[in-house]
Amino acid sequence: MARARDLHTAYSQQLRVLGSRWVQVGVAVLVLAAVLAPYQLTPFQLDVMSRVGIFAIGAVGLNLLTGYTGQVSLGHAFFVGVGAYGAAWFGGQEEWPLWLWLPMVAIIGGLIGGLIGPFALRLRGNYLVIVTLGLLFVGEHVFNNWRSVTGGGAGTPVDPPLSIGPVDFSGLDVLGLDLDRVQSVFWLIWLLVALGVVLAKNLVRTRPGRAMQAVRDRDLAAEVIGVSLFRYKVGAFAISSVYAAVAGGLYGVLQQYVSPTEFGGQLGLFLSIQYIAIIIVGGVGTIFGSLIGAFIVGALPRIIENVSRNNDIPFVRGDAGGADGFLSVFSLNQAIFGLLIIAFLLFEPLGMAALWFRLKAYFKTWPFSY
Amino acid sequence: MTEFLQLTFQGIALGCQYALVALGFVIIYKATGVINFAQGGFVLLGAYLAYNFGQTWDLPFTLAVLMAMVSGALLGAFVERVLLRRMVAQPVFAVIMITIGLLFVLDQLVTSIWGFENLNLGDPWGNDTVRVADVVLSVGDLWTIGITTAAVLAFFLFFRFSTTGLAMRAAALDQEAALAQGVSPGRVFALAWAIAGAVAALGGITHAAGSAQLSPAVGFFALAAFPAMILGGLDSPLGAVVGGIIIGVTQNLTAGYQPDHAAWLGNNFHIVMPYVVMVVILMIRPYGLFGTPEVRRV
Repeated sequence: MARARDLHTAYSQQLRVLGSRWVQVGVAVLVLAAVLAPYQLTPFQLDVMSRVGIFAIGAVGLNLLTGYTGQVSLGHAFFVGVGAYGAAWFGGQEEWPLWLWLPMVAIIGGLIGGLIGPFALRLRGNYLVIVTLGLLFVGEHVFNNWRSVTGGGAGTPVDPPLSIGPVDFSGLDVLGLDLDRVQSVFWLIWLLVALGVVLAKNLVRTRPGRAMQAVRDRDLAAEVIGVSLFRYKVGAFAISSVYAAVAGGLYGVLQQYVSPTEFGGQLGLFLSIQYIAIIIVGGVGTIFGSLIGAFIVGALPRIIENVSRNNDIPFVRGDAGGADGFLSVFSLNQAIFGLLIIAFLLFEPLGMAALWFRLKAYFKTWPFSY
Repeated sequence: MTEFLQLTFQGIALGCQYALVALGFVIIYKATGVINFAQGGFVLLGAYLAYNFGQTWDLPFTLAVLMAMVSGALLGAFVERVLLRRMVAQPVFAVIMITIGLLFVLDQLVTSIWGFENLNLGDPWGNDTVRVADVVLSVGDLWTIGITTAAVLAFFLFFRFSTTGLAMRAAALDQEAALAQGVSPGRVFALAWAIAGAVAALGGITHAAGSAQLSPAVGFFALAAFPAMILGGLDSPLGAVVGGIIIGVTQNLTAGYQPDHAAWLGNNFHIVMPYVVMVVILMIRPYGLFGTPEVRRV
């Protein structure tokens, strides 16, 4: 009976990745869904889900930094940009194979993130937020002016090789199945989502994860009990940037073209805010919260875009040019993210994950739940 | 030399605009401990309201400016009461994100009402200029400097001599002690947001006046006022003014000289210059030039 109720009797049970039977079943269903998705979904839906995957990777990284280590960064979009340009250069220009350019993108992202880390040692809270905001503007400047690599203001095509040995993600041909680029890239992305989630989950449930949370809760106290602030603050920036850079590289693969304004200045700020919205909506300080948030924030704009294309939303200007709409789709999306962030922080600061925890607690203690 | 004086003068005028916006940040931070990212939205909305009162409703410019400032103040107080009051004693991260969310909502509100075109604010200065020695001074810039000086002066007099100003200073210093003396923190918070809303409108108007035009990009310029505020120190009004002018002058001198003397830094380097200055100063003094270092208990 105690087994069915899922009550922990040892620490090792609490630390398990796949805690209960239900979680095991849930994960299995998700994996199956991801495997079958390319056959069942339309190209549009697949494209949306690929974007959700990219958001999920970046958001897991941001959650490690903000949710677990407590360092707020508005510069996440900059690292996504680093990844996208890294893919354009190492993959596209230098034509390195996938197993070489993707790790390279991750390493470059990690190194640059590690360079930003020391700022977090000297600055705290509000001051740090604004320095990371500055990163967006400096980043846009570099992307605009380092023409040999980034193609300047006009942007650059991203066309890296996507094959590992016999497996080619630009058109899978395995077991007699013939998939096109969109379907194959979907698998590549969600394969990396799975990898990223497992690594992050492993990180936060072991010693470094506990150290990070100690830094978040009170960095001074953490230092007193022997947690190296240098190591964990710089480390958190580096790891979150690795995730962001990989997300950026995949974004480049999906988009096949990137330009500086996407990752810097005002749109860059918007992208950073989207990532922050993901972890707030999903749940700050939970790994699977990043996934839920990515589903909501990643899919919402595309769905709105698709619906409003035929002027189905009365006050929104669609592509078909309904003259009576006073809001553009882009404006509506930005306003919705603003409202989402405000609403969640006011009414459910722990995000969607909190709903899940409450549900779980309800059934765990049933029939004595109150 | 003439060129240098010219650039410095324009830089001071630009710095005054930054100073007005930064002053709004600092008032709110000092009173409530919140960094208000939505200040850019206040700046934008204030400038557009001035346009609406002055051009659409055809009121005299001075009246339009005053009405925009009053509307800004009301908006500030409203936001404080409805959103920020609920966030008292919440983590810094959550509070900042609330104001960022508000920034996005305000930005979209403005563009959906007034669109994206460049508008003429209808200020009486236009493109007029005055010549002093060889330096060409634009009348709009002179007014900007004058208005900022007046606003800063009024600000200091208010805080130094009025009872309300004293109450605000007391609340900023020690909220509980102020409460014990009969100061209502709620009123102080609302007032701080109202003052910030009013100076934000003024900052937006001075930025959009003259040969510059009114466009949604005006709100963006408030983001560049962050370095000014951080540079001076988050909780120092004097720092906001000094920081604003330092940033304005540095930015303008960079815009003037960098293309000829340090071309390798790339085009439009002056846009990132404020952030570079800010980072350098913060590395030397982590709490800005005039900020109070945070004392923390273990």
